[in-house]
Amino acid sequence: MTVHERRAEQRTAPGGSVEFDADVLVIGGGPAGTWAAVSAAERGARVVLADKGFCGTSGATAAAGTGVWYVDPKPALREAAMANREKMGGHLQDRRWMARVLDQTYEDSNRLAAWGYPYPVDDTGTSQRNSLQGPEYMRLMRKRTKQAGVTILDHSPALELLVDDDGSVAGASGVRRQKHDRWIVRAKAVVIATGGCAFLSKTLGSNVLTGDGYLMAAEVGAEFSSMEFSNPYAISPAFGSVTKTLFYGWATFSYEDGSVVPGAASKGGRSAIARALLQGPVYARLDKADDDVQRHMRASQPNFFLPFDRTGIDPFRERFSVTLRLEGTVRGTGGLRIVDDSCATSVPGLYAAGDAATRELICGGFTGGGSHNAAWAMSSGTWAGWGAAGYARQLGPARQRRLASAGTVAFRSKAGRAFEPATLTKAVQDEVYPYELNYFRHASRLESALERLDAAWVDASSADAASKDDLLRARESAAMLATSRWMYRSALARNESRGMHRRDDYPYQDDRQRHYVTSGGLDEVWTTVRPHADASYSEAAE
Amino acid sequence: MIEVIDAERCTSCDICVNVCPTNVFDKTEGIPVIARQGDCQTCFLCELYCPEDALYVSPYAEEPRPTDVVALRQTAALGSYRRAVGWTDETRDLRGIDRSYLLFGH
Repeated sequence: MTVHERRAEQRTAPGGSVEFDADVLVIGGGPAGTWAAVSAAERGARVVLADKGFCGTSGATAAAGTGVWYVDPKPALREAAMANREKMGGHLQDRRWMARVLDQTYEDSNRLAAWGYPYPVDDTGTSQRNSLQGPEYMRLMRKRTKQAGVTILDHSPALELLVDDDGSVAGASGVRRQKHDRWIVRAKAVVIATGGCAFLSKTLGSNVLTGDGYLMAAEVGAEFSSMEFSNPYAISPAFGSVTKTLFYGWATFSYEDGSVVPGAASKGGRSAIARALLQGPVYARLDKADDDVQRHMRASQPNFFLPFDRTGIDPFRERFSVTLRLEGTVRGTGGLRIVDDSCATSVPGLYAAGDAATRELICGGFTGGGSHNAAWAMSSGTWAGWGAAGYARQLGPARQRRLASAGTVAFRSKAGRAFEPATLTKAVQDEVYPYELNYFRHASRLESALERLDAAWVDASSADAASKDDLLRARESAAMLATSRWMYRSALARNESRGMHRRDDYPYQDDRQRHYVTSGGLDEVWTTVRPHADASYSEAAE
Repeated sequence: MIEVIDAERCTSCDICVNVCPTNVFDKTEGIPVIARQGDCQTCFLCELYCPEDALYVSPYAEEPRPTDVVALRQTAALGSYRRAVGWTDETRDLRGIDRSYLLFGH
């Protein structure tokens, strides 16, 4: 058991609120947030972790099972692991980052084993560490976070960041939704680990992931990268929430009349499913799974079978209707731009980890599975925790800083017109769910969607402050709206098809566009391009 | 969506109120209530954390499907997820049987 002398200090605060003084505030309690909190605390920082829900069940990992990009440190295996996805990701990965993520993931996974994670042992007696069961993993991470001396605030969504006179990030504030009061954490550094944005599509475990951290970061001027890679869709039963696309690798997909959908496949043929869904219902049957595979599936992912067992469907023998649920930037690769090895963002004092940060450095424009995201969550969480702790230490002993709230939309009354979160959420979903807009993109359709989204932003940002009860929903809807605009503006800036980004009007990859698209801004959304690392290196060599 | 809190099994420990990531339940003087069913994301985690197997999440994610608790008690559904992942004393061995490593690369 670790010894802790340094905990975040609770200060006396006016009625209706609680206040803490900390070195590091971590916003989000999924894998990235808990690794960040543990790592910062191990470097001596006083840490508060605030989760919108419950640290341990919140987020895309806790509800699911995930592969982990865990590769033994043998040069040939590592080389193959890095080369494996480069083409799929459109050659936007960065070899140096891939190597360091493989190293850190190996180390973190071995720590999980030492902490008691029940990794399975194969027939040869080898512990297999390339998969994690979400509930088990996150229950353990909650325990380790508490043991590290971190103060956890559950059901405490952050609503806005605090900044000092220089514009450095210096904490955040939010609400404790079960205690009906406010929280304020003054911190020397903040880690955004709020996950991606899945637009409340009910893809498993993702309804807490509404891009809240993006909005808060954008309000202090943070930049985004690769936001055009934001349109993966996951397969689930039409009536259900369990998205486990791996298992559909054993499926046959058919139309209403029973004929097979040509080219449809979980891997490399999902667009055929989307096209068929535009015409009518699509059915799946996992008829390619033999008895052994069926048994392994049940052992590995019990929740996959809940929707079937509870409706009396045998998914191996009977057809069931399927749908594609938008996973947005949860399984996309876009997110907050990382500017150095410590996962700092472009704003002093602000760090990003996990799905909240771009995963372009190891995935390029395509993930193809949870394993890279899980590896990234651990690695970037660890680095962001160390980075934030180091930044806090270098800032020196607490000095009284004058802090200002950075929140904009839904906080300020302007128009005498009510903010309507439910209406706004629906309006955003109508622009990002449709396959013909987001899966299969085209300049003219993106431009008209953006016109409507930009108009919605003008409306929302000039509406009245949301009521106390509506504030969280209002901020969530505004965050989803802002996210959709960075996504589509970036999609318009990439006039080619690469990774998961498909343009009907530019169906091929263009070698001259092997670069990253940076985006940002709220009232005015902007994009620019940055060269890929290889191009910078070759330029330097010339 | 969450459909059932079995009043006969629930001990009012309020664990579900705490662990639900989308804050669907409210505490009361007695057993908790499903206060915001529409916010349920059908993640099944409340069921998994309920030590009394008193909760039932219907697999229908899009709309409520009122469920008869008396009929439910006749089935093996209550607590079935918790048993399957090895979070009961009798099924602890199941915690380490993940066979995903045999399924990857398909």
